[in-house]
Amino acid sequence: MTDGAKIWTLHLLVLAAVFVAQFLLPPYHATNLARIMVLAVFAMGYNIAFGYTGLLSLGHALFFAAGMYGMGLPVWHLGWLSLPALIAGLVAGGALAGVVGLLALRTAGVSFMIVTLMFAQAGYLTLLYLNTWTGGDEGFVVLSEARVLFGFDLATDTARFITAFTLFAAGLLACLLLVRSPFGRVMVAMRENEERSRMLGYDPFRIKLLALAVSGLYAGLAGAAYGMLFGYVGASFATIQYSILPMLYVLLGGAGTVLGPFLGALLMFYLIDITSNYTDAYLFVVGAALVGLVLFAPKGILGTLRERVWRWLP
Amino acid sequence: MVAVIEARGLTRHFGGLRAVDGVDFRLEQGEIHGLIGPNGAGKTTFVSLLSGRIPVQSGVITLNGEDITHLPAHLRVRKGVAYTFQITSVYPRLTVFDNVALAAQGRGAGDVAAEVAQALSRVGMTGLDQSMAGTLSYGHQRLLEVAMGLALRPLVLILDEPTQGLASGEIDGFKALIRSLVPQTTILLIEHNMDVVMDLADRITVLNFGQVLAVGTPDQIRANRAVQDAYLGGDHAAG
Amino acid sequence: MSFGPFLLLALLEGTVMAAVLALTAVGLSLVFGVMRVVNVAHGEFYMLGAVLAWFVTYYLPFPPAIAWLAALIIAPLIVAVIAALTDTLILKRLNYDPEATIVATIGLLYMLQQAALTFYGPDARPVVAPFEWRIQLPWFGYSGYKLFVVLTAVVILAAVWLFMTRSKAGLVMRATQVDRETAQAFGINVDRVYAGTFALGGALAAAAAVLIVPIQQAHYLMGHDPLLLSFIVVIIGGLGSIRGTLVAALVIGLSDGIISMFFSPTLAKIIATLLVALVLVFRPQGLFGAKA
Repeated sequence: MTDGAKIWTLHLLVLAAVFVAQFLLPPYHATNLARIMVLAVFAMGYNIAFGYTGLLSLGHALFFAAGMYGMGLPVWHLGWLSLPALIAGLVAGGALAGVVGLLALRTAGVSFMIVTLMFAQAGYLTLLYLNTWTGGDEGFVVLSEARVLFGFDLATDTARFITAFTLFAAGLLACLLLVRSPFGRVMVAMRENEERSRMLGYDPFRIKLLALAVSGLYAGLAGAAYGMLFGYVGASFATIQYSILPMLYVLLGGAGTVLGPFLGALLMFYLIDITSNYTDAYLFVVGAALVGLVLFAPKGILGTLRERVWRWLP
Repeated sequence: MVAVIEARGLTRHFGGLRAVDGVDFRLEQGEIHGLIGPNGAGKTTFVSLLSGRIPVQSGVITLNGEDITHLPAHLRVRKGVAYTFQITSVYPRLTVFDNVALAAQGRGAGDVAAEVAQALSRVGMTGLDQSMAGTLSYGHQRLLEVAMGLALRPLVLILDEPTQGLASGEIDGFKALIRSLVPQTTILLIEHNMDVVMDLADRITVLNFGQVLAVGTPDQIRANRAVQDAYLGGDHAAG
Repeated sequence: MSFGPFLLLALLEGTVMAAVLALTAVGLSLVFGVMRVVNVAHGEFYMLGAVLAWFVTYYLPFPPAIAWLAALIIAPLIVAVIAALTDTLILKRLNYDPEATIVATIGLLYMLQQAALTFYGPDARPVVAPFEWRIQLPWFGYSGYKLFVVLTAVVILAAVWLFMTRSKAGLVMRATQVDRETAQAFGINVDRVYAGTFALGGALAAAAAVLIVPIQQAHYLMGHDPLLLSFIVVIIGGLGSIRGTLVAALVIGLSDGIISMFFSPTLAKIIATLLVALVLVFRPQGLFGAKA
């Protein structure tokens, strides 16, 4: 098999396995899986910025929340329905990422991390400040009339799973196409050596801005879908925790691998789920995982696997 | 002769240091032009001004008559001014193919794979395309750097100390490679190894303390008293 | 209350805030200046200081003044040990790679928070002030302890300054800050300097918390605001510049005290965080730092 054939076979097999899982798993786990798939879309977006382009952001919660509120606010205040609201969320995430990028990408490294952190914090505080419009700390419930997509009630398990799966599959395949495209190669070139890439004729600012905007589209879509599928929009999704989570998923699964974000989200979700049966110390699990990963496995699971065995893994 | 690149009154100071101080310079179509001078003469600063990596303080640079003084570096590359780094600067964690493809695809090459194959064959690296660049020998990394420059299909290729760190056997191959590039590509060669410069260059510009000390053919430069003084009074190791 | 006394009260509150903030932020700034490490867990060192102060004053059978004094020594010491261990066990092994250390200190933040939640609990608990003394001004009474906080903070900061400029250890730290390789070549044990710097940074945050904990209560989530404010101070003051940090702490502390009396604190925070982001983008040397 050529590398291309191996890559497509692997990714389509993973998608097929996830799809079939809904028929085999008990409802509790199927709902979990739907949640994981939406979070994986968020993490895939984070991975495009961090894993492929080398932009370590601490502010992706802002883009996730932009998607969630970009979907939720028009539903609440303007009576929009599911599809236009979801698209509004997607666009809001990408647009906000673009605007933040215009400013933040004038910095790099540690400064970039702090600038994105500060923008996200300002966004979170703004949600609280404008509480008459946003519902503030308490958030709001997404009207059930709006949670109907092509005639399917998204509050039902099956419709929710199928919707989450569709978005996840589209996100995964788009990511695969992107990173195997010439533009994907340029993103990696920026991560590896920005100055060299400039002297090959690429404008680093433009490339990074584009990558960040695409990343924001993923985050926005995930935020919108999360609010739509689980019926609730709240400011807690804009806190720093939601910037750390996708980073954790990506680091665990393997930064700069297409399947890494999903694998990381899946493992981390169940790690917390299982340990919370024995202890309520879930913050400790998250913290220890972060420290352990940077210390002992900075490439993550699939990154290590690629280094040792499957060199063709994208 | 037609000037591909022409610079007039080019100046760049760093604090009190006049790294490049009112340099006039002509690079003529199809030549191999050597740029020499003692350490600290301003050679690297000068080519950084030409390639746009450092902004010009005063003076004008033209490329085929078009003013490019304030054009950002990446756009100069697109217009045909390629620069290969003094310290080998390939992407070590990418394959040789990806390294060269990055150069070829950016200018909109139709068949990137064919372009890559061609550039690699010109530097004699066919068959290495799936190796990780970081695992190559130093000599191969320097050749890869040149292949990336070639894949840009530049009008002007600026080579910053290309033979530094090469074994003498490798240098002969390198000289042949450079000769095969002209006259389609014009070469500006910064070089410490005097034998290489004297052997390759059609004309040589000597910089000293940021200013042009002399311009001429290798024989003229060899016979120039001012140049001899600069080297004897300056860096004895050079030459 | 008329406007004049109101402003005076705001100024007094702002000064207390500035003093505590200066202690915390200098710790963060020192660590960044010498080690080039952005310590996201700095706020948790502060929180630990407060929580430990509660434990010390609760369990030591001394009168409040002595118990509090004991806390002022014990809590920073314990935090210093934890910080030094963090440096040796985690940061050093990451070769102080800037991005990896940020991720690691985020992890540490969660672990310390969880530890406090598990062993201390979710409640906010007060620490008895070492003394009760109210200064009666013509317009209002004011806590003498708060003025004592300002005084103590100034004394500690002066001690740190003397340590940095006059002592051999301070000289070694500054030498390492300027050039790590050369310092190593001159036989300076850089590992020990780094561990010491990280310990000192943590201890300063803890000391600030011990000072504040009789005014605010100890709580496992209390590290969040000091961290954010210290970030703001350190960045606006110019990363790694101690003098800039002090000036910025004064400005931010005072203006925060005054602004939050007249405006919504949320709006003040939004403006402050946006200001920090814009300073980093357009004036990375800080508002008060020398030009890079």
